[in-house]
Order: sequence, then structure tokens, then C-alpha cells
Amino acid sequence: MALVTNVTSFGRTGLSDFVLQRVTALVLGAYGLCLVGFFATTDVSHTSLAAFLGGTLMQWFSTAAIVALAVHAWIGMWTVGTDYIRQHAFGAGLGGSAFGLRLVYQFGCVAAIVVYMAWSLTIIWGLA
Amino acid sequence: MKVSIYRFDPDADEKARMQDVEVELPEGRDLMVLDVLELAKSRDPSIAYRRSCREGVCGSDGMNINGKNGLACITPVSEAARGGKLVLRPLPGLPVIRDLVVDMSAFFRQYERVKPYLINDAPPPAEERLQSPEDRAKLDGLYECILCACCSTSCPSFWWNPDKFVGPAGLLQAYRFLADSRDTATTERLAELEDPFSVFRCRGIMNCVNACPRGLNPTRAIGKIRSMLLTEAT
Amino acid sequence: MSRLRRMEFDGLIVGGGGAGMRASLQLAQSGLRTAVLSKVFPTRSHTVSAQGGITCAIGSDDPDDDWRWHMYDTVKGSDYIGDQDAIEYMCSVGPQAVFELEHMGLPFSRTETGRIYQRPFGGQSKNFGKGGQASRTCAAEDRTGHALLHTLYQSNLRVGTTFLSEWFAVDLVTNADGAVVGVVAIEIESGEVVFIQSRATILATGGAGRIYASTTNALMNTGDGVGMALRVGVPVQDIEMWQFHPTGIHGAGVLVTEGCRGEGGYLINADGERFMERYAPTAKDLAGRDVVARSMILELLDGRGAGPDKDHVLLKLDHLGADVLNARLPGILELSRTFAHVDPITEPIPVVPTCHYMMGGIATNVDGQALTQDADGQDVAVEGLYAVGEVACVSVHGANRLGGNSLLDLVVFGRATGIHIEEVMRQGVSYREPGEDDLDRATARLNRWDQSSTGEGVAELKRELQNTMQVNFGVFRTEEHMLAGIETLKDLRRRIGAAHLPDKSRAFNTARLEALELDNLLEVAEATAVVAEGRRESRGAHARDDYQERDDENWLCHSLYFPADRRVAKRGVNFAPKTMEAFQPMERSY
Repeated sequence: MALVTNVTSFGRTGLSDFVLQRVTALVLGAYGLCLVGFFATTDVSHTSLAAFLGGTLMQWFSTAAIVALAVHAWIGMWTVGTDYIRQHAFGAGLGGSAFGLRLVYQFGCVAAIVVYMAWSLTIIWGLA
Repeated sequence: MKVSIYRFDPDADEKARMQDVEVELPEGRDLMVLDVLELAKSRDPSIAYRRSCREGVCGSDGMNINGKNGLACITPVSEAARGGKLVLRPLPGLPVIRDLVVDMSAFFRQYERVKPYLINDAPPPAEERLQSPEDRAKLDGLYECILCACCSTSCPSFWWNPDKFVGPAGLLQAYRFLADSRDTATTERLAELEDPFSVFRCRGIMNCVNACPRGLNPTRAIGKIRSMLLTEAT
Repeated sequence: MSRLRRMEFDGLIVGGGGAGMRASLQLAQSGLRTAVLSKVFPTRSHTVSAQGGITCAIGSDDPDDDWRWHMYDTVKGSDYIGDQDAIEYMCSVGPQAVFELEHMGLPFSRTETGRIYQRPFGGQSKNFGKGGQASRTCAAEDRTGHALLHTLYQSNLRVGTTFLSEWFAVDLVTNADGAVVGVVAIEIESGEVVFIQSRATILATGGAGRIYASTTNALMNTGDGVGMALRVGVPVQDIEMWQFHPTGIHGAGVLVTEGCRGEGGYLINADGERFMERYAPTAKDLAGRDVVARSMILELLDGRGAGPDKDHVLLKLDHLGADVLNARLPGILELSRTFAHVDPITEPIPVVPTCHYMMGGIATNVDGQALTQDADGQDVAVEGLYAVGEVACVSVHGANRLGGNSLLDLVVFGRATGIHIEEVMRQGVSYREPGEDDLDRATARLNRWDQSSTGEGVAELKRELQNTMQVNFGVFRTEEHMLAGIETLKDLRRRIGAAHLPDKSRAFNTARLEALELDNLLEVAEATAVVAEGRRESRGAHARDDYQERDDENWLCHSLYFPADRRVAKRGVNFAPKTMEAFQPMERSY
């Protein structure tokens, strides 16, 4: 049993976060390199880009990258929130405490991440 | 020399203030910051700070000296002063009790949390437990911590989460027992550290290493704990 | 004064150093309500500064080592006024106590076979002085005290000892029968005054090296326990015996361990001569500390001191090589670089004899019970009061302590006292109630300071006291100087009694603490002065110009100082160890 838990960590361990951050960073890094390769070697236009991203392999790769980005962003934003939105800094914030303010912040982060993820997946799978 | 000292008496002051004290330094000798404080205190006995061994081993007089955490008794004035001025503030991030004296209970709570004692429930032998010099050498750089709190109070993660992040000093001691060949509670110790805060709030910025007056390296110890957690999980 | 807040404990230990925390560990383990009251956070206690090690015949360096050899060395080192029953107990129980520390996790340095590393220290021999130098001091590098103190604190955390950290004991509370019922103490953070009642009160307040201007002791070593005992009329024993450590860093007073000489370092004078060969041809630099300190002073007096003022000698270590120094004496390298501005790997360290240790203290038996004498000169225990460690005089150190015996004293008698109190509590001891007057008496001096409105300041009076002791009661003592010192101290007593505390604030008022400490320094200093003048011989650390010889006929005994009438009484030395013949006094040479 871990000594420190937090309702909004959804029972994750620091170790899993630590590993996920690094694994998702690797996926994003590889995806980024792939895009850089495309931009460097191809005469970029909407058509060529759509053709490149519309291939089945690339569609799956993009999906992996989008999910990785969502996970990476959530862990990162959650960490930032638990670092900076603190009682001693905000005292009685929204909902009576920094806790309430943090919940609002976290809800905002989750909403943005989900919306962006859905939007980008729609775009990717709408190609071809 | 001008010494600017953080002053706050909870019974008399609404807010803290900086007090300038003029101290005459003896010629030809490089004093330690603590010596200067003692001179200032002989002028104004109401200045409060902790001190004891005056040789850097008891860990009492950790304070913020011209912006850097250190022990007053082993910090030479010549190294610390900027523009002929010494600015002394309490260790940052902990509540101030009075003047340069901070409330260290949050710091000690984190130390206690890591179970800083040898756990080995096997009946001990009639003599000492044997330990090879190589195994003993693994404790060097760990057991020498003097709990002065210079490291943890220079760590932003500890400022933000003093109740959840163990902090460099506590983690150094956590690793001191993880690394001890005589300790048998490795699994339990690691299990208590795997949450998102206790160890993993360390961002590796190494302020602790920079601040430690004993030259210890908590960041390295934290890295080793992370490796042990990874190994344990796989 | 029933308005004082009241707390209750079975065992109250005043002082959180090695002795106090070893005693508290024993008590807390047995389920007694145990509190350690300490004016600093416990790991800041002065035990932390002990460097070289803990001497004990554990048979690691030499499997044939024998605790009786250690006992012989200790008796000889004490110049024969150490109590032999106590020394026998310490040396024979020592190995058990040291192994327990190892089991608690103390990170001892190790030999190739994995046993505890032992180094040679001064005054150590094999086979009752006939078998050459022994290596008997168990070490954790040169930070043994630090390792020991932290280990004990950690063990106490494990068993749930209550820590009253940063509390200052003002005075003992005694009842009409003269029994100790607890202490009046200040919680430093808030300034609140509290009466802590206890079934057993254990003084473990350490030494009082700060009565001297130059000392290896921490700034807080102000003899609070001695002061408290004397103020309630409990006598102190052998208080004239002050150890001057041969190697304090010149100018700074910081200690350089005897382990330096144990590892092969030696002292040289301005001519580069290894002068200890002349004073102690056999043991040389590892003779008793009193012998080495006196030899150093004689070198200085003969004009062979080093430096522009010819006021120190040099400790040479460079021939040991960087590897040995880094592995065995890393702390000394740091301290030398910081405080002497020399790197021992290439240059010698400037050193002078520096006040280091109080051999005397509250007389106790092996169980730690504080003793006084009745009208017939018979020992009687002070009910409810115990003392352990440097504040106590068991007496295992007599007139001169051997290096490495201090840490052993702490753990052996801390443990023994704990065991004894456990036993006593099992048989049933109730809390003793103080009367109103008793509490008033214990808060009187605190009130005196708090109500002072004019008078001299604390810092100046303290400086004067320290200089008086330094000049008149140093390594060599003369009648003339001692009498002058006693007069000055009388005057200081009057002035300190009328001194002024300008800062009356409550929260963390360190000025108030320093005022209260000054009272304690004065008690220790005056006792030292009166008894030093009274002991008309030279023995161990007490060296007089006018009585240069040891006088076994008149002074093979403890001194006992009674504060009420400043009387010096004599108390017999124990020559009755339980398991062997006593060692009889012989000429002491190294």
C-alpha cells in the first residue's frame, strides 16, 4: 500500500506514470521523426500530406501517437496541477479550497485532452 | 561589515523585516558566517538562530546565506558575502518560528516516514552481523547526512508538496537502508515509495546536491531508488 | 505554582545524546512511558562530534583480545582513581553493548572478513601492558559518534520514545524528603514553562567544556545537569579532572581525533622532531592524553613551538598517503581544510591541547543511581535521580579518560541504568508529589532572570568566566593562580546573580537560554576551582606545579564537592572488582 494516494491519480503508481511518460515520449519521438522525414523529402501539399497520413499503416501510427500524446499530457498536466495548485498558494479557492480549484483545472485538462483526441482521430480516420 | 538579518518575533511582529547590523570583523582572519552571527548577537542578544557544534557535524545552523542554503559554521564569510554584505534568511519553504529559526516538523515527518532504521527480524548472532567492506562501502555518501535540511528546503518539489514528497534528505536515508546488506525489508520499503509523490516528484534538478554542506548526492540516491523500483516491478 | 502545565512519564531522560538515548531505548522497549527532553534536536547532541571510535575488546583485530586487558589499561589510564567494579562492568559488558549497536544498524567500518574494524588508540595494550600496542577501538570511519547517535535516535523512533525536542530543563524538582520528582522545563518554541513529573529522572546532559575559552566542545555544552544537581545539593565527584585533548586545531578548537595518531600520525615540534619519543619512549604518541598534552605544553614552554608565535605543535599525517587518509580519516581532511586551511595529505595540522572532556560529574553506582554521602560519609542514593554519560562519574575514567572509552561509557551505562530502572519500576515506584514550595524553588532562577531590569549582560560575563578558567585551571595548575581564580569566580557569582536579561520575549528566546546556561557554567566552574585547589597532588589530568607527585597516601580517593558549604570531602575508590583481583596502584609510565 502506498503511503500517499490522491483521488485524482486514479490509483496509478508513480512508477507506472514514470514508465508511461517515457514510453509515450518514445512513441511521440518516433512519430515526430517520421513526420520530419516526410516534410524533408516530399514536396508538401494537402494532397501529398493526406495521401501520406491516409495509408493504413500511418493511420495506426497516428492513432498510437495521439493516444500517447493524450496519456503524456494528462500525466504532465496532472503533475503540474498537484505541484502548483496548493492550499498555501491559493488558500480557500473555488469550492472552498485549492482542492476544488484543482478539480476544476483537472476537469478542464481532461475535457481538452478528450476533445482534441476525438477530433484528431476523426480527422485521421476520415482520410482516404 | 553590514549583516542583514531576517527578523520575526511571532508575539511582537505582524510581518517579518530585514534588520541591518553593523559588525566589526577582526583583521586578518576569515571568519565563518556563524562567528559573524555571534558577533551580531553580542550586539543584539534578541537575534535567534540555532547553533551547536560549530564544526559542521550537528546540522543545527542551516540557513539561507546570500541566497544559498548552507551551514553558517562552515561557510567562510569571504565566500558568502556579496558586495561586502551578508544577507541571512531562514531556510526557505518552512514556517518561520522566529528570526532564522524554522519549524522543521514537516522535514522530520518525511524522515520518519521512510522507516529510517535497520529492519532485520532474524535473530541476531551472538557477535556482529558480518558485512563485507564492499557492502559497507555502499553506505558511504548516505549515512553521513546530518539532517540540516539544506537540501530539502532548496527543492521546489519539497516546497510544493512537503506533505507528500519525501524530499532529498529523507530519500537519501531511504536509500541508506535499501542499500544496507543487513536490511531485509527491501520489498516493503519500495512498496511504500512507489506512489506518484514520494519519490517521483523528484525532477532531477539537483538543487539538493548543490546545497548539501556535506557534499552528499541525494539525486543519485533517488535515481538508484527509481532503478530498484523498476527492477522490483519487472 | 499549580498553574504550571503538568506532564507525566515513568522515565524522563534529560539530554538526547548517546547516553540518554541508550537509556531511553532500554526503557521504551520495555513498555515504560519514556520521554527524552533535549535542548536541541537529539541528533544535534554533542555525541555527534565523537570521531575515532568506541573502545571494546570484541576480538576482531586480535581474536585473543581480552576485556581484562582493556580493564587494565583503563585503570592505569585513570591513574588509579577509577572505580574498579565499574570499569570491570564496562569492559566486560562492552562487547555485548557494541554488538547490539551493530544489530541496530550502526555502519561500522569493516575488516576483510566482514567484522568490525578496530584501530589503535592511546593507552591501549595487550596482556596487561606487556604485549605491546593493541587495536581495540571500533570505528565507523572517523565519524563513529555521528553514526552511533543517529543509530540510537533511529532505534528510539522505532520503539516509540516520546521526544521533547528543543525543550530546556531549568531545574530539578525535589520534595521535602530530598527525592527528585521531576523537572521544570521550558518548551523553547513557545516559551511555555512546564512541570514534568517522573518516577525516575535521568540526567544525561553531557559535559561542560564551555567553562573554558578554548574547547573542542559544542557551544551548548554548558554543564546543565551538573548545575541542576548542585542547585539541589547533590554533590559532584572528581570535578577538578578536566581532560585536555592533545589535538585541537590551533585557533579554532575543533577536535582532531586521536585516531590520527592511531593510524600512524605523530606530533612534531618546530624543529620537525618527533618529541613524544623523549617523553614516552614506549607508547610515544599513543601515551595517555594527559601525558601527551603535558608534553606538548612543555615543548611550547621550551620555545620549540611552531608558527610565528611558537604557540602550537604540528600533527603530521602526510606520510600515511592519500589513500589511507581518504579511507580512514575523511572527516579530518574536511575539518583541517575548513578550519586550519591545511590539507593533511601534504601538510601537517597545527594543534594545541584543548579542553575536551569532564571526567568528573555526579557520582553514581553501576546502576546509574546518583549518590551522595550521609553524615557518616556513607554512600546513599538520591531517590528518583540517575545520571549517565559525561555528566555522571561512575567512575570509569578516574583522573584521565582513555580515548574511545567515552562512547563505551555512554552505551554501557545508558543501557545498565535502563535495565535497573525497568527492574525498579516492575517492583513498583509511585509518582512523588512536590509541594508548592518545591515548584517555586525550581522556578526561582528563571523568575529571577525574567524579572531582572538592570545589570550586566550575559555575553561579557560568560567571556570573563571562560577566560578565568582558561588562565587559572588549564593543563598546569599553580596555587597562586588557582586562588586568584577562585576569587574572580566569587566575584562573578555575585555579578551573575545580579545580571540582566533584556529580551523577555517568549518564542524561541535563545538569550534566555544563554542566561540560564551561564548559571550552570558558573556552578561547574566554581566546583572545579575549589576542588582543584583542594587536591594537593598531581594525578592524571590534574597537574600542579607545587605538588608534582601523585600522593597515594592522602589522595588515592575521589573528591566530592558539596555546594551548600563549598566543602571538599573524600570518597573511597572501589578496589573490589567482582570476578578478579584488583589492580594495585603502580607508577604510571608509557
